[in-house]
Amino acid sequence: MKRLVELDVNGQRYDVIVSPRELLVDVLRKKVGTIGPKKGCGEGQCGACSVLLDGEPVVSCLTLAIACQGRKIVTVEGLAPAGRLTPLQQAFVEHGAIQCGYCTPGMLICAQALLDENPHPSEAQIRAALVGNLCRCTGYVKIVEAIQAAARGLEAGPVAAGAEPASARSTP
Amino acid sequence: MNKPENREFAVVGKRLPRLDAPAKAKGEARFTNDLFLANMVYAKIKRSPLAHARIRRIDYSRALALPGVLAVVTGADAPRPFCVMPHVPTETVMAIDKVRYAGEPVAAVAAMDEETAEDALELIDVEYEELPVLLDPIEAMQRDDARIHEAFARNIHYESEQNFGDVEAALAASHLVIEDVFRTSYVTPAFIEPHAAVADYDTAQERLTLYCPIQMPHHLHRTLAEVMQMPMEKIRVSVPAVGGGFGGKTEAASCDLCAAILSRKLGRPVKVPYTRAETFAQNKGRHPCIMKLRLGFERDGRITGLDFDNTLDGGAHASWGIIVLFFTAALCHLPYRIANVRFRGRRVFTNKPSCGAQRGLGGVQVRMALEGALDQAADRLGIDPFELRMRNAVESGYTTASGVHVPHAEFKQCLRNVVRASGYLDKRGKLPFGQGIGLAAGYYTSGALFMLYPTHKPQATAIVRIDTEAGITLFTGATDIGQGSTTVLAQMVAEELGVALGDINVVAQDTALAPFDNGTFDSRVTYGTGQAVRRAAQDAKRQLAEIVAAMLGVPAEHLHYRGGAVASRFEPRKRVELRDAVARHVETRGSLVGVGHFAPPRRAAHRQPGGMSGPSPSYAFGAQVAQVEVDLETGRIRVLDYYAADDCGQPINPMSVEGQVEGSVMMGLGQALSEEMRLSPEGRLLNPDLHDYKMPTAVDMPRVHCVHVDSYDPDAPFGAKESGEGPINPVAAAVLNAVHDAIGVRFREVPLTPEKVLRALGKMG
Repeated sequence: MKRLVELDVNGQRYDVIVSPRELLVDVLRKKVGTIGPKKGCGEGQCGACSVLLDGEPVVSCLTLAIACQGRKIVTVEGLAPAGRLTPLQQAFVEHGAIQCGYCTPGMLICAQALLDENPHPSEAQIRAALVGNLCRCTGYVKIVEAIQAAARGLEAGPVAAGAEPASARSTP
Repeated sequence: MNKPENREFAVVGKRLPRLDAPAKAKGEARFTNDLFLANMVYAKIKRSPLAHARIRRIDYSRALALPGVLAVVTGADAPRPFCVMPHVPTETVMAIDKVRYAGEPVAAVAAMDEETAEDALELIDVEYEELPVLLDPIEAMQRDDARIHEAFARNIHYESEQNFGDVEAALAASHLVIEDVFRTSYVTPAFIEPHAAVADYDTAQERLTLYCPIQMPHHLHRTLAEVMQMPMEKIRVSVPAVGGGFGGKTEAASCDLCAAILSRKLGRPVKVPYTRAETFAQNKGRHPCIMKLRLGFERDGRITGLDFDNTLDGGAHASWGIIVLFFTAALCHLPYRIANVRFRGRRVFTNKPSCGAQRGLGGVQVRMALEGALDQAADRLGIDPFELRMRNAVESGYTTASGVHVPHAEFKQCLRNVVRASGYLDKRGKLPFGQGIGLAAGYYTSGALFMLYPTHKPQATAIVRIDTEAGITLFTGATDIGQGSTTVLAQMVAEELGVALGDINVVAQDTALAPFDNGTFDSRVTYGTGQAVRRAAQDAKRQLAEIVAAMLGVPAEHLHYRGGAVASRFEPRKRVELRDAVARHVETRGSLVGVGHFAPPRRAAHRQPGGMSGPSPSYAFGAQVAQVEVDLETGRIRVLDYYAADDCGQPINPMSVEGQVEGSVMMGLGQALSEEMRLSPEGRLLNPDLHDYKMPTAVDMPRVHCVHVDSYDPDAPFGAKESGEGPINPVAAAVLNAVHDAIGVRFREVPLTPEKVLRALGKMG
């Protein structure tokens, strides 16, 4: 039986009618209109559909929409409500952490969840936090750098434009 | 080293953020599956569960009766065969008469919503008569009784031979001949965005617009015209953001064509989104190869000759097969000097999802064989592997035995720099048992000389429009698949016109808006499209100069574009803001439109078969070092550090170049260590998902060190060569050589799973 569900998406209330089998990712994309979460696998394996559910990162392709009644959902669109980039998003842009950009929404959600919980993660902690987010373009190098830069920025103010990344570049 | 006078750039060579990055960071970039058109419906594809079977009957009456179902189509609705190489079409939109791989489309259903379309697939009854399933190319060649395509005897798609010099005599006279066999695995591009298509057919105008993530929209344009039997001018291919391609999105996918057929039938927009499993079935990934080689050496390490025999497992359809076959031939000739080379090869049909063009096509396989053989030779000759490579390395101006001319190479610098940065010479043979370091090298074409069908039109045409309404707009058919071509091409325009990157609007990847471009493949965009783009900007400048010279009272050839102004090179006070100069031009002559073409000389390397595969305007070289640790208990290999020196010419955007190198290393390590599509004996894919198809995660990746190489190709646009494909070539080879250094075992196949390592260490039966 279809049911009316109230979803709190990025601080706005949406009344949507869903069937018991409908996935949160499909409801967000087709009924709410937030296209940020991407459906890369539909099986919880790539992480591109990650959203924050009551502050915790979940894969929205393994989450039933019907179970989200009244819960707070944040998609990548909700990270920067006024259209201005957050320091983390800014760091992704400036450090070349975005190539095709399909994994980016999920990466940002999971990285934001990490920084919310642990503002100064080690490189190993960053990598561990991203283990469920696959990226085929970057080799994760610049994604990790961007998160490190954003974490440093949390200490020292906003991430400076054009900052040299802390990459493992070596000149013989 | 070529070092021209003026290499001081304002925009080129800068680590500038991608133009499309902010929208992608905000989740606003629109990929195909993010398009929701008014009145749009959904379609899903019914696929064969069998790998080889005759279709006896398809009955879709029950599906049509399901409420919400709008239409069902089958192979008979679009019988024209197609292929990315149009002269050897073997594939139809949906199978006709027989299926040749598990997952091949047999019907497609359009319905009011996705769920109904999915439900309807279950109501299509297909009766099959099973045929022998051939999964091994060697077996397939012995089974002429079970032809996958009736016209291809012994299931050989194409077979060829090339002979340069006298390889038998050279090997007979050699001090040492390494003889070996190497096998590569069945891997797939595994971009994170599954295929999808939205077709919008306008019945009144009889016009089709197709939105899909295609790397070569102008070639898909042609395929659509062929399959749909429509004039090209009635078709538009518009490419939204592309979530990765790596070669796998160069060809028409079944969803593209099914969407088009159903949209025309229904007269409304149709979306066909793929599941991940469907993207695995579409495949068009790397060809598994069985490579037998004999490589001869003088006592001093100079290579005398190479006899190379390659059997390529092509899967069910033609795809890029013939080009890949000949690329594996061409890629034998560089980056080392070899006077005598014989290539014998064949591409064989099997009942698997088709292989096509994957990043670094043809090169990854050949490097694995040759770089492994070089290390064996180094041991036998008592010459360090670095030294052995240096003795054979090519330099600028070299011409291969096959007639390929290399205008520019910094290969030796790559070798020297990567060895220095990694400490290779101090570490090799000296690390504790279980740890090792390995060197491998490679190269790739840069710019492409040929088209996929006979034509003399330019490979790229670009337009730069400058006016007081829209500012500076670049129109290009080049497709940004995530590699960053839109930004790189805009940087070239900005550099040429002396403005900031943010001043350039780019209109790209739409056949209705920009002229022909050969597409994103063969590492051709920066070099090839870059030439056209630069010339378009120069053409606009030439037109503007006539106005500005008169305005300033200086000769046109003295004009110089910098900082948003045009000025005399010699009298800087004679200057005018670019926007004012443009306004004057618009007032007197109208909008400024510059056009540029890139039409390289169509010069085959040689007159033997395959002479058009391999030659390109320039070549990029590279050398890489992997340092690994083998867990002697579990057999797991960890790559600790990875060093890559890339002779990519002048990087237009160094941050993007590093991104290409780092991503190539990731994909190469996946093939080396963990990635492989597995099939059941009946030919069903066993791991068509991202959990069991194991690509490296963030915790698997080593530190990647991009080692600087000073390089500038004077014939290239702003000195730039390719960097998107070359860097994947040596990766698996470097890992194999490092593992040999670590545990003394030389592996000849990938992926190097823990099971294989333990077996080699005698710890598993």
